[in-house]
Amino acid sequence: MANAMEIYQLLPKTNCKECGKSTCMAFAVSLLSRELTVDDCPPLKGDKFKSNYEKLSDMIAPAKGASESGMIVHEDKCFGCGNCVVACPVNVAEDPLGAGIGRAPTSDKVILRVEDGIVRTSNVHDCRRFGENKILCNGCIVTCPTEAIEFV
Amino acid sequence: MVILLNENYHVCTGCALLCDDIEVVIDDNVITEVKTACRKGVSRIKGCNEPMSPTVEGQQVDIDVAIGAAADILKNADSPLIFGLGNSTDGAQKKAIELAKQIGAVLDDTSSFCQGPTLEVIFNETVKSCTLDDVRNKADVIVYWGADPSNSHPRHLSKFSYFPRGQERQRGWEEDRTMITIDIRKSHTAKISGDKFHNIPLQADEEFIDALIDALSGKVPKVPFEYDPKRILELANILKNAKFGIIFVGLGLVYSLDNMDPIVKLMDKLNELSNFHLIPMVGHYNMRGFNQNMFNETGHLNRVKFEKGNNTKVQHGAEFSIVESLNEKKVDAALIIGSDPLSSLPRAVADHLLNIPVITIDPCETFTSRKAKVTIPSALSGVECGGSAIRMDGEEVKFEPIVDVKSQTIRPSDEEILTRIMEAL
Repeated sequence: MANAMEIYQLLPKTNCKECGKSTCMAFAVSLLSRELTVDDCPPLKGDKFKSNYEKLSDMIAPAKGASESGMIVHEDKCFGCGNCVVACPVNVAEDPLGAGIGRAPTSDKVILRVEDGIVRTSNVHDCRRFGENKILCNGCIVTCPTEAIEFV
Repeated sequence: MVILLNENYHVCTGCALLCDDIEVVIDDNVITEVKTACRKGVSRIKGCNEPMSPTVEGQQVDIDVAIGAAADILKNADSPLIFGLGNSTDGAQKKAIELAKQIGAVLDDTSSFCQGPTLEVIFNETVKSCTLDDVRNKADVIVYWGADPSNSHPRHLSKFSYFPRGQERQRGWEEDRTMITIDIRKSHTAKISGDKFHNIPLQADEEFIDALIDALSGKVPKVPFEYDPKRILELANILKNAKFGIIFVGLGLVYSLDNMDPIVKLMDKLNELSNFHLIPMVGHYNMRGFNQNMFNETGHLNRVKFEKGNNTKVQHGAEFSIVESLNEKKVDAALIIGSDPLSSLPRAVADHLLNIPVITIDPCETFTSRKAKVTIPSALSGVECGGSAIRMDGEEVKFEPIVDVKSQTIRPSDEEILTRIMEAL
């Protein structure tokens, strides 16, 4: 996965502020967090930066199979233990007497649930890694025994 | 305590956890989707890839003919063996004990080379045990020793032990619980326990237990292999300060010990200092049920021989285990119920099964069924027939069939087949 510095290297580095950010580095960080898109940088669309524009578009394009919050479930690795379902803080908050105590989810608002032996996502907008106030929550990553969950 | 079934939920019979919160989607009496169950449970509930058909000597026959042939084999045998039943309901197990009495059979199940010794110390109340609900509600120190539940019982950590919030453990795994794994390799479960994983050499469990007891007694622990004594002292400290501790004994630990004395010694020491319990990681969904039913009936867990015509006489001993019976070639016919000894036992031991008439009762085709003289297909318990079973912690769980049992395609249950064999005898 790309980091902010790699993105910055491909930007015009002129700090023109046309994107609304004060520096190109700030724009790179916004791009990384999907707050802005590559098209929000007008100079990048010129012929001079054509190859950089294409590289950046590839880099920032959502990884195949990733949800909006960037979560990827490797279905071949998941065996449905449900550790992530019970450990997810949003699941616990939304469904304290279901997923929170290890039982089947009883609420529609949970983010993770197990279906046919594989974890499925829903309501990704409520994930703590989503939106403006996102935090780098890793409840589902560290509890997965097989590294089946990843974030891009 | 009997756990009552929530009417919307089904029970999964994939392993001895007997998860009772499974939802299914049924289309035309076929289960198309299973919710909440792990991959192991889903494959159990969705049924077998290769269903077995009724056969005699490899020829497909009517099920009544197969039952008749099975009865003939058992009638003509001097010393038949009945083996398996770990995947059968309590009702079928009781019936099998009755049948064994009637024909004077050797009766054994997988526990004789599995968790039998652990269950024996629990049944005799030599060590303290508790229920999985107690673990969820109270346990703060959880030890997996020689066990990898992430693979054997996938929902063990998430439903009962480490991750769920419990009555006295409201802050869950992050703050309220400590999980320790002791194993010979970094298993999937060991990965979750992070720096609380103790990697010990093969067959070194007894030395590690001794060192741990020394550490608990305030001595400097010594082990004959390279291991930092500070880590053992650290572990002893965690165990000593536990409010409600639990050790889950896996097959790795059972197989590496000659007998249960080291575990009993460790449990006694731990209970002098804190509060520790023991639960065996039972594999088959109703293996503990078989041991319980046998214990109630005969006073022994497994490895018994009944005398024909004398209901009260029961012989018990290592010589009546399936391994010894086959090794010594002491049995002359075998009735295998829901088990696959040709696959699970070493070839040298299982070889004798190829020389004697074998009857298998199983929903799915197995290696044993392919070599059997008579095969009788049975209903998949928990899906096509109901009943009750004993969870790994000794709790009774009742369950109803998931699909419509009035359907034409449903096969008779183990219990029904055994009853019909007894009638034919």
